[in-house]
Amino acid sequence: MTSQSTPAVETAGLAKTFGTTRAVDGVDLTVPAGSVYGILGPNGAGKTTTIRILATLLRPDAGTARVFGHDVVTEADAVRSRVSLTGQYGAVDGDLTGRENLVLLARLLGFPRRPARTRAGDLLDAFALAEAADRPVKTYSGGMRRRLDITASLIVTPRLLVLDEPTTGLDPHSRNQVWEIVRALVADHTTVLLTTQYLEEADQLADRIAVIDHGRVIAEGTPAQLKATVGSGAMRVRLPDPAQRARAEQVLARALGVPMHPASDPAVLSARVTDARRAVGALAELARAGIAVADFALGQPSLDEVFLALTGHPPQPDTTSKEEDDAA
Amino acid sequence: MTITPTTPTVDQAWRTALAGRTRPPRPSALSTSLTFAWRALLKLKHVPEQLIDVIGLPVIFTLGFTYLFGGALAGSPRAYLNFLLPGTLVMTVVLVTTFSGVTLNTGITTGVFDRFRSLPIWRPAPIVGALLGDVGRYLLASALVIALGLVLGYRPDGGVVGVLAAVALLLGFAFALSWVWTTLGLVLRTPSAVNNLSLLVLFPLTLASNIFVDPETMPGWLQGFIDVNLVTHVVTAARGLMAGTATAAQVGWVLVASALLTAVFAPLTMRLYRDKP
Repeated sequence: MTSQSTPAVETAGLAKTFGTTRAVDGVDLTVPAGSVYGILGPNGAGKTTTIRILATLLRPDAGTARVFGHDVVTEADAVRSRVSLTGQYGAVDGDLTGRENLVLLARLLGFPRRPARTRAGDLLDAFALAEAADRPVKTYSGGMRRRLDITASLIVTPRLLVLDEPTTGLDPHSRNQVWEIVRALVADHTTVLLTTQYLEEADQLADRIAVIDHGRVIAEGTPAQLKATVGSGAMRVRLPDPAQRARAEQVLARALGVPMHPASDPAVLSARVTDARRAVGALAELARAGIAVADFALGQPSLDEVFLALTGHPPQPDTTSKEEDDAA
Repeated sequence: MTITPTTPTVDQAWRTALAGRTRPPRPSALSTSLTFAWRALLKLKHVPEQLIDVIGLPVIFTLGFTYLFGGALAGSPRAYLNFLLPGTLVMTVVLVTTFSGVTLNTGITTGVFDRFRSLPIWRPAPIVGALLGDVGRYLLASALVIALGLVLGYRPDGGVVGVLAAVALLLGFAFALSWVWTTLGLVLRTPSAVNNLSLLVLFPLTLASNIFVDPETMPGWLQGFIDVNLVTHVVTAARGLMAGTATAAQVGWVLVASALLTAVFAPLTMRLYRDKP
């Protein structure tokens, strides 16, 4: 057993190139054992490539990656017995039933026939899949499929569970279920590394977050630290008439005392706001100036805003995303 | 509708589910491969359409060739059958092997193989197991060809032992040949490309062989090709075993060829499998 101080994941200068695209371009990460760690970034940022390297599915071109002290290339087998990966693309067999999928994996992990069935049954019961257990997985809903996919990673509870965008495409109810599973796992001393495009998700679950863009880590810290970089809140205003945006920008900038960011939507303006009362005051100023407001929101900064703050440019899926999809 | 926990509590069922920290001892390479063979059979159970080729080809080939060529080539279908049947058997099984490459190519693009590749198991097991499952398909195809032949009047002089030996030799060769298709399955992008290319390779190999007629009537250059054609040697050995006249050299040749195919293409498959991005 590795000691408590060994990080779950430690990478240095990790790089992977597909053709001419550097999907991962010198990633340094340290994931403390026993925590939830979020990798936040837009499509094509290099998230999937990074975790595929950690799950020994890809070999890095440069740099090193260690999982609980074991090198992913030279000690791949040791890494595989400590990590479970649930990828974005259902890693269960649609032709087989949910139960058959789990029994198959349990057998592969060394469970004898009967204990394999018992373990599969327990997991199906716990994750509310018992009723659908004997139907082919291709008949499952998206949420059920994802739950089975995560369940398939838990036959032997891994020391590190890697989840690639675990809630993308799920309805809110299914998303909450996935979050509950993650919380329960961490309470049970599993380390969870997850990627996400949603700041809210990272904020809800992660103890630490790395923001990644164009294959590089551009910020790292606790959610509180990250949000402090960005400003604790964001205000968004949508106008019924885009022609009034320039005037609205002046009024709001004066009232809030911070610069406004014109969004890509020509009728929308946003700004970092720390104080809700000032935001309310600014809206009143808009009304006094005779500028109508279609709707407004005050909330957490979106990933767009985090990006804008960290990089000075909004996140744009670039050519890397195609490469990454191909690779995955 | 099932009831799922929506409050942030960890209930007892979850505790049980998440308490699976004890890892059983790692299973052997053989046991892992057999588990994957079981998976292949499960997939056959759920998607029986996969058996269309192993049921259809034996029927079409055995009936078709016997009655199409029998009268012209040997005077009567029944007389021809004794010459043809071992060839039909080889042709059927050899054509059915292309399925292995197509299956691997289909599977590897679905994400399921990501899971297999990230498990702490004997690395070749998913492919070896799938090929062992395919041997079950070859066995079914062989049984159909032979059963149909017996109904039509085929009487092997080699007896039960000769026929079983021929089938065993053929299954060994088919297993070895499958590694060629798994290699293609990992190199090519789509299942249909794998299918088309493997058939493109197999048609000349099966047609320009001694399956249908004795090559003595053919031009010299073609005889030259037929002499080095692997399929010819497999047919000669199978025919010999089923007629009870096989020589050790005939059988040995096929065993050596099978070993060589495996020695070259199995490591190549595994290398491609390992480096698949």
